[in-house]
Amino acid sequence: MKRDYSLDIHHLTRVEGHADIQITVRDGQLVDARWAIVETPRFFEVMLKGMSAERVPFLTSRICGICSISHSLASIRAVERAMDIVPPIAAEKTRLLAMHGETLQSHALHLFFLIAPDFAGTSSVLPLIQSHPDLVRAGLQLKELGNEISTVTTGRCTHPVSLVVGGLSKAPDKERLLQLRTMIQERKPALETTCSFFHTLTIPAFSRETEFISLSNGSTYPSIGGRLVSSDGVNLEENDYLLMTNEYTQEFSTSKFTRLSRQSSAAGALARFNNNYDLLHPKAKEVAESFGLQPVCHNPFMNNIAQLVECVHILEDAGDLVNSLLDSDLSEIKTPYTPKAGIATGAVEAPRGVLYHHIEIDEQGKVAKADCIIPTTQNNGNIHDDLRALVEQALREGKKDGEITKLCEMVVRSYDPCISCSVH
Amino acid sequence: MNHLGFEMEKVKIGSFDFTCCEGCQLQLANKESTLPDFLALLDIRNFREISSERLDDYDIALVEGSITRPDEIERLKAIRAKAKVLIAFGTCACFGGVNSLKNRIPQEEAIREVYDNKAVETMPSMKISDVVQVDHSIPGCPVSKDEVEQILVGIVTRSQVSLPTYPVCVDCKQQLNTCLFDLGELCLGPITRAGCNAVCTTGKSACLGCRGPAEELNMPAFFELVKDRALSLDDLHEMLAFYNAFEPFATDET
Repeated sequence: MKRDYSLDIHHLTRVEGHADIQITVRDGQLVDARWAIVETPRFFEVMLKGMSAERVPFLTSRICGICSISHSLASIRAVERAMDIVPPIAAEKTRLLAMHGETLQSHALHLFFLIAPDFAGTSSVLPLIQSHPDLVRAGLQLKELGNEISTVTTGRCTHPVSLVVGGLSKAPDKERLLQLRTMIQERKPALETTCSFFHTLTIPAFSRETEFISLSNGSTYPSIGGRLVSSDGVNLEENDYLLMTNEYTQEFSTSKFTRLSRQSSAAGALARFNNNYDLLHPKAKEVAESFGLQPVCHNPFMNNIAQLVECVHILEDAGDLVNSLLDSDLSEIKTPYTPKAGIATGAVEAPRGVLYHHIEIDEQGKVAKADCIIPTTQNNGNIHDDLRALVEQALREGKKDGEITKLCEMVVRSYDPCISCSVH
Repeated sequence: MNHLGFEMEKVKIGSFDFTCCEGCQLQLANKESTLPDFLALLDIRNFREISSERLDDYDIALVEGSITRPDEIERLKAIRAKAKVLIAFGTCACFGGVNSLKNRIPQEEAIREVYDNKAVETMPSMKISDVVQVDHSIPGCPVSKDEVEQILVGIVTRSQVSLPTYPVCVDCKQQLNTCLFDLGELCLGPITRAGCNAVCTTGKSACLGCRGPAEELNMPAFFELVKDRALSLDDLHEMLAFYNAFEPFATDET
């Protein structure tokens, strides 16, 4: 059928930040498909110049209201590597637990507030409070648990307080760690409720082969630091982040794009899953299997299921980390240091994928140069190329205009883009 | 909604963000155990981050972020024209926030540094009240949900709405914390407006003044304290500039 179709979504809703989707079809042929980020740039690299190294994590955490712990820890890792500071083990464990809290909170926010309405056919989660009370309660319980883990480990759930260069400014309170251990156990049924709901949904059938990028350390599911790897066989050291990202600008976007071995690549839960499947907790693997999710999966909509699988892994691993902290001496939490010159990259697995902070520090202990590369920036190319392939497939299948619009919105949301972060 | 036994209409609210991290509006979705009750007070008309509804009739507009691009001025003016009550929501909205750190250099230089030769529009960061009239301010990086609830309920019930006038030090002492000055560290707690429960200093991290100046503050005495303790004035200036919240006082060195 020869037809014309144009889609111009201004400021897509239920994503973090401002971006447009523009699709043009003429005579049944796709003319243009764009993922156009229009967010106002903030210039964090400029703001960081001249700042004391110790204050850097407090500034970079403000890049993102959802993944502030990841930003804080990417900066801390860069500064510690640049100045040869080794934090105490108890601080490292606390940081890993904090990352779990943030990822759980972020995934729960995405799964319940941002994408569940697409499957339920509502405009937001609000009508679901009436129609699916058990599901919404489960979502809130998981999100609350994520926030509580972050609060116990970092002092606050958004913009952490006690994550500092050298370790922690304050150790987590053991009483609260004990309560957290109980809370983690009590919230496992909420995850089962969530899995049951997602089992009832039909995930759109769409696949486009791409390159998946993540961290990898060979012994644990990736979180803080590691080798930079891709499903096409790239394997680099953390400081080689520029070879991994190859940032470039597009005239229609205030967010940059990246590329590696192909025109586009993907980071995030599905990329971590695809590249590190063997290191997932057995219970997480069971849940993946129940959804038919296996590595290497190239359906971007399955990123949502990979997030759910990661939540299962997090609840198991967070319980182990809490037990380990309860058995640890928490008096040694910060390594003293004297600021010195140095250059290094810190990479972490933020909820939406690999996050790089590269920091150069001068003799006075001030930032001479900084560079932050955001997970969503690394997904922009993939979102852009997915839109094109998805619309072409939908046209072949004779989908109606409204269905195409919905699919386009859903595929973008499946990446959980953090747009304001990407235009830092 | 029911308040003190009186039936009241839900408050029509819109949440809007400009140049920011969106962390303040995210706080609205926190405190999950009481979230359904909190949401029951509100008729959310426009909140792009969580809802596809985009309605233009709202009584209260929460405005997050600072203003750094000409199109944001137009969008903000349109929101002001529709809202009965406009609230500057968070530190970026109230003071310009961390975004103001880029105001130190010419904007063309900032653009070149980050985007090379790509044409990008930006201007020095402005607080919301630089552009439109603001009815209430809720500072904080991020805002505290407790305070947001109190203020929204206050506005709806036409009660007096106010922020604490005293400094963070008062809250910090109530938490029985050791003073960071006594540990040899600088802290803006003595000059910053309270209301955050001293969350940073309780985590043994210095207050960076995200809530702006307390009322009746004695800036010269504070500078004296810093000098007496032989702490770095350079560091103090970096802290005062962090959120742009002490801009009129930042050079008040005597």
